[in-house]
Amino acid sequence: MLKEYGILFDVNLCLGCGSCYEACKEANNLPETNDDFLKDHLSESTFTVVEQYGEHFARKLCMHCNEPACESVCLVGAIKKSETGAVVYDADKCIGCRYCMQACPQKIPRYEWGSTNPRIRKCILCHTRVKAGKLPACSEICPTEATLFGSMEKIIEVAQNRIKNNPENYYPKIYGLEEAGGGHVLVISPVPFEKLGYTSDIPKKSMPEFTMQAMEKIPGVVMGGGVFLSAMYWLTKRKNQIAKENNLNSQGKN
Amino acid sequence: MKIVDILKPTFWKVVAVLIITSGLTSAYFRFSLGLGATTNLRDAVPWGLWIGFDYLCVGLSAAGFTIAATVHIFHLKKYEPLLKPAILTAFLGYSVVVGLLVIDLGRPLNFWHPLVMWNIHSVMFEITWCLICYTTVLLLEFAPVILKKLNLTAPIKLLKFISTPVVIAGILFSTLHQSSFGSLYLIVPKRLHPIWYSSLLPVHFYISCIAAGLSMIIFESYYIARSMTKDEGFSNTGLKMEVLSGISTAILAALVLGFLLKLNDLMENGKLVYLTKLTQESVLFYLEIIIGTIIPIYLLGFGNYRNDKKWLFITSIFVLSGFILNRLNVCVTGLIKSSGYNYFPSFDEISITLMLVVIAVIAFRAVAKYFPVFESEHDTEKLGNRGTNIIQNN
Ligand code: SF4
Ligand code: SF4
Ligand code: SF4
Repeated sequence: MLKEYGILFDVNLCLGCGSCYEACKEANNLPETNDDFLKDHLSESTFTVVEQYGEHFARKLCMHCNEPACESVCLVGAIKKSETGAVVYDADKCIGCRYCMQACPQKIPRYEWGSTNPRIRKCILCHTRVKAGKLPACSEICPTEATLFGSMEKIIEVAQNRIKNNPENYYPKIYGLEEAGGGHVLVISPVPFEKLGYTSDIPKKSMPEFTMQAMEKIPGVVMGGGVFLSAMYWLTKRKNQIAKENNLNSQGKN
Repeated sequence: MKIVDILKPTFWKVVAVLIITSGLTSAYFRFSLGLGATTNLRDAVPWGLWIGFDYLCVGLSAAGFTIAATVHIFHLKKYEPLLKPAILTAFLGYSVVVGLLVIDLGRPLNFWHPLVMWNIHSVMFEITWCLICYTTVLLLEFAPVILKKLNLTAPIKLLKFISTPVVIAGILFSTLHQSSFGSLYLIVPKRLHPIWYSSLLPVHFYISCIAAGLSMIIFESYYIARSMTKDEGFSNTGLKMEVLSGISTAILAALVLGFLLKLNDLMENGKLVYLTKLTQESVLFYLEIIIGTIIPIYLLGFGNYRNDKKWLFITSIFVLSGFILNRLNVCVTGLIKSSGYNYFPSFDEISITLMLVVIAVIAFRAVAKYFPVFESEHDTEKLGNRGTNIIQNN
């Protein structure tokens, strides 16, 4: 079994060259969508973007959550966490209900609105490349190790060390480690993450737990409800019968 | 009724034909051009009018299971005249839901996947299965009305035999999916506006659908009684005042309970601040609560309004409007702020929705006309009298 891998993105090291953006397009056969990669947005043809905030550059892509909201809501199981850690999508199963788009706390999944047989589109952590022993296209091409790929233990360690060895240059937190229960894309940066457009008000607990609370009650409702309804059925029927008999009796007496 | 009569144009018939034609045209475009070209949905707003409308139809169909429970499980026989209209309403409501769901699916050819591909952790999965099972239950519950008319007694006996477990299953399926429609939005804690987001969403949904479902029955009984017989009030639907005041008490109870729960939720979770500021959300919330809860509680709380058929009808309109607002708030307007995009349904979205509603109304009227849906003692009495007349004449 493959170990779980992830990406560490370091805002301090990113030059804003856009190589990751180009490499992702090429690896996934995505058409060009904007002359200026800094002005592009995530879309059905763009799985990752580089955004400029003053002198800093920030990458946006699917966070490959440990317990993905998108996976938990998909009723046909078209979205699955693979053994590499990537959250992948199977268009052949998808019915196109778009619940995954609604549920993702990062608002990542995109949709082929123009198509009559649309797919959900998002970064797949280059899952096939990784299984074949290659690096994700974006991290392979990155000239500075701003996008670093490795096992989860490894990248967490690197992130912690970079923060520890250089405290004046890093905001003391790893984004993505706790958000929505944590995921496989981590970000470290010199400034607080909201300043770079990373969604900050994301619950710490994993998203599926929000619905689990309600789903857990279902067996109880079914069992309890079934017993209650059967009992009521029997009781009220009996009551009506007794009432009728009493009626007859009293009529008989009269 | 002769063919000529059916074809005779009236205002409503012309409107209905226009709506259905435009709906069919829109449906053709939707399937040949895709969702992007025909709806105003986009990545930031993946769900729109159609899902919102499904919410409405499911909630308005809730009388199906509450009345079935009252009559069959609690043996309160006086509510029996409500049973068939409630079940018919529910069945047609669910048909609209299923129709809209399939139209809304991006890959409609895969609509059957949930039957064989299971993710039991998905609320949507649970809802889908409840919808399938409950629609079957409704069909079984309504079948005797049709079979009786066709004089097929053998299947009726069989259906009678299994009727109690069927009713119980129906109540359970309804309870599950009515509340699960609220659970669907539990996964968007930071996106749905806090006025509506609550871990109690499933409970709120369950309680409010009871009030709305029962109001729907009052509303349509009144409407059918008037339009079909030109009689005042409910006199041709077997709805006696005793029955009506019974349901209105149930509506009142559900409204009060729902209101207290909502209030408690807002206070406990420190959400009252959102109500002190004037925002689009707070205004919509006030509208929803005043129209759908406060005014009806006031009207139902006074005996002289509660015992007046016309006022009951008016109250039902209030409850229904408040309910519609609530569901649209939860699934469309409550999400607008977080999506950063103002969604309004496109022409095609609206025209397809209207088409399904018109078809459901026509179906309701047709079934109510040709089958004994609103069979009342009043009618049977009349029939009985006629029967004796015939004998006497002979
Ligand atoms: S970030 Fe969104 S799309 Fe990516 S795995 Fe998490 S929930 Fe799914
Ligand atoms: S749109 Fe497809 S992948 Fe997303 S939840 Fe629905 S079926 Fe699953
Ligand atoms: S991991 Fe692959 S799919 Fe994801 S952004 Fe990088 S290149 Fe694109």
